[in-house]
Amino acid sequence: MLRKVSVLAAALMLVAAPAFASGGAKHPREIEFSFDGPFGKYDQAQLQRGYKVYREVCSACHSMSLLSFRNLGDKGGPFYDAKYKTSNDNAVVKTIAADYQIGDIDSETGDPIQRPGTPADRFPSPFPNEAAARASNGGALPPDLSLIAKARHGGPAYVYSILTGFVTPPAGLNVPAGRYYNPYMAGDVSSAWTGDPHHVPQGGFIAMPPPLVAGKVTFDDGTPSTLDQQAKDVSAFLMWAAEPKMEDRKQMGFAVLIYLVLFAGLLYASYRRVWRNESH
Amino acid sequence: MANTAADATTHTGAGEDPSRRDFIHIAAMAGAAGAGLVTLWPLIGQFAPSADTLALASVEFDLSKVQDGQQVTINWRGKPLFIRNRTPSEIERAVKDDNASMKDPEPDSKRHKPGKPQWLILIGSCTHLGCVPTFGGGEYGGWFCPCHGSVYDTAGRIRKGPAPKNLVLPDYNFLSDTKVKIG
Amino acid sequence: MSGHSTYEPKNGFTRWLDARLPILRLTHDSFVDYPTPRNLNYWWTFGGILSLMLGVQIVTGVVLAMHYTANAKEAFGSVEHIMRDVNYGWLIRYTHANGASMFFIAVYIHMLRSLYYGSYKAPREVLWLLGCVIYLLMMATAFMGYVLPWGQMSFHGAVVITNLLGAFPIIGQTITTLLWGGFAVDNPTLNRFFSLHYLLPFVIAGVVVLHVWALHVTGQNNPTGVDPKSKADVLPFTPYATVKDGFAMVLFLIMFALFVFFMPDALGHADNYIPANPLVTPAHIVPEWYFLPFYAILRAIPDKLTGVLAMFGAIACLFVLPWLDTSKVRSMRYRPMAKVYFVIFVVACVILGFCGARLPDDQVIPGLTTVKVFESDLNSFVWLSRVASLYYFVFFLVILPLLGLFEKPLPVPETIATPALSHPASAPAEAVAAPEQKG
Repeated sequence: MLRKVSVLAAALMLVAAPAFASGGAKHPREIEFSFDGPFGKYDQAQLQRGYKVYREVCSACHSMSLLSFRNLGDKGGPFYDAKYKTSNDNAVVKTIAADYQIGDIDSETGDPIQRPGTPADRFPSPFPNEAAARASNGGALPPDLSLIAKARHGGPAYVYSILTGFVTPPAGLNVPAGRYYNPYMAGDVSSAWTGDPHHVPQGGFIAMPPPLVAGKVTFDDGTPSTLDQQAKDVSAFLMWAAEPKMEDRKQMGFAVLIYLVLFAGLLYASYRRVWRNESH
Repeated sequence: MANTAADATTHTGAGEDPSRRDFIHIAAMAGAAGAGLVTLWPLIGQFAPSADTLALASVEFDLSKVQDGQQVTINWRGKPLFIRNRTPSEIERAVKDDNASMKDPEPDSKRHKPGKPQWLILIGSCTHLGCVPTFGGGEYGGWFCPCHGSVYDTAGRIRKGPAPKNLVLPDYNFLSDTKVKIG
Repeated sequence: MSGHSTYEPKNGFTRWLDARLPILRLTHDSFVDYPTPRNLNYWWTFGGILSLMLGVQIVTGVVLAMHYTANAKEAFGSVEHIMRDVNYGWLIRYTHANGASMFFIAVYIHMLRSLYYGSYKAPREVLWLLGCVIYLLMMATAFMGYVLPWGQMSFHGAVVITNLLGAFPIIGQTITTLLWGGFAVDNPTLNRFFSLHYLLPFVIAGVVVLHVWALHVTGQNNPTGVDPKSKADVLPFTPYATVKDGFAMVLFLIMFALFVFFMPDALGHADNYIPANPLVTPAHIVPEWYFLPFYAILRAIPDKLTGVLAMFGAIACLFVLPWLDTSKVRSMRYRPMAKVYFVIFVVACVILGFCGARLPDDQVIPGLTTVKVFESDLNSFVWLSRVASLYYFVFFLVILPLLGLFEKPLPVPETIATPALSHPASAPAEAVAAPEQKG
């Protein structure tokens, strides 16, 4: 009897699929990443290319303040090298860190100074505070990218869609100054639309101009630097930034599940044996 | 709830011969024990220092800032670290006392890296009860701990007072003549 | 079932202990030799599963508290510190977050089992009430726990729910201010929520002890709703129920592991990975899934105070349930009409859950516009919520009271062992005291 209930509930779940396109944004584009699925892994070469895109393009406006330089050298990260005991010793990581100037206090005079970074430092923000960030970006705050791939529905596919989704706005759409139309951006453009009210364009206005163009970032491994490739790689990098432990999680999950299934089998056999003489 | 089943000691099943535990039950219980142990692993592991603590575990220091006879104190792993550029007379005094009777005998050569006797790097925590000794007190030309009167010499060796051991040397090595990595 | 204890201490130490603190005797009488109806089905394993989940949440929670900082400026960062830097921190955090959802899945199944089989009926009214108290405490704990990461949903969910209490006339504003510790949800609120979130699970544990005690006074219910009448109807808890509960727990853990390791954020909300910003409200504020039905009931009524009263009323119905149902028959197995209404009730609850996640004016059937009644189109989630909420209350306040008077139940068996038991012993050949179930 209660079985009927579960069937009904399951059927209902299929029917009432929630439309996640918040505010009428277009559903993110279909894209496959190497880390999809229960056995997915990050592709280190892709993470390196993605980091380069972040470094050369995005970091001008976007902070990534939950990450430290040493994370780049952690297991599963873009510059992991097994020959170093810890990522703090990783030569590439130390060079990357030293390229940045980090604000600090001089231990003798107490004055604020800038010093080269060490692996233990966090990625510095391009702006000293929120007000400065807004002032430099037309009043809009470029979000921190540490968790962006988990903080948006659709995750890395959403990031990829936004980056590749900028299109010429349809005729009849009045794009406000300092904003750009993107069909994948959450929002409601109906107040700016002078066309057919039954066919309001999907998407919203984003304060970021299209950040990528073909050839903007040269990839060290020779991969052709198309807009699509850059977007894909930086999306993968940002997914790693949001969840560096994903590979550990999936590997442990596989082992745990195998153990639990075997254990369930043992327990079931034990259960049947205990109950073999009893009717119930 | 009149019920005579209150003391239903059972009839059958695994209770019939308690000494004959079926293999399957042992296997199931072993599986449960295994699951329990595996669960314990991360719960205990999370007590260990986390990655950000470990990242601050080692520090690189530029020695060119420390002049002759000068001492710098930095915070390393939450404790004070003395980095001292010893003068030749301090080194001489330490070497002269190599064979003097002391609680924790150690030659001066063991207290610094070979070829670099002027660089003395010590954890600035008195081995008695952990106070921070100051330089220049006490009759051995080294450090003096104000808490209970321990006196260390110019090599940081305990010469007088209640401390049992010499000031501790951290793990360090020279990356170059002017750069040292501690920890 | 408070019969004579059969425990016999076997060695010197156990005799010594038994004379001073009979804890082994208590354990033996409650969980080893305890007479358990032999016909319990798998719906009865969820009590054990719930105890397991309470243990899991407390252990993972205490460990998380070693690394979490309950301060508005540091909370979000401290959770990410746990996820990134603490050894196995990601595992402990995901276990705790998904564990809360698993806890509620189990409690809902456990409650539905009680509804269907009449486990709330005399003499188990206090057992049921204690269960309702546990459920309330669970909801409070879960609500406060969700605020702790101080994400967008944490913050704004707290704003919405604490503002609800402001609906009460005269005392409402005072209650809200005392809850906030200020003029809005802010650092004082976070701190006190952390303290209470740590405290309440131990209160829950205490009420669970009372709950199990109350259970052992009356004995378990069973699928027939007929009390055990002889030794033939029961079996000792260990090993029979222990091994079955153990097996069910592992199956439950498999589902739990699937979430923790392969879809850890599926039951959460992406907006909670954005640090809280009091000046920006998320496009849709949604509570965690286990609160959605109550959220839908709240929003079904346009008036703020009545909506709040309806939401609390829905929970209050649970408390008075033993006195609403007039049927003399316990188990709905023998109440064919009640069964139907029960199934519809479950469907209504699921529908309310879906409604809670949607915007009130969104269309249920896309593209279909009908007529507006009370300012909302009939083809909208708010109207669907209204219909489902109405059924929810009618089920408790009208159907259950009336059914007992008018329905014609099926014949209830004499004893547990009377009907041909659905799982005959697979190896009954030996001279075992087999129950007289031939019949």
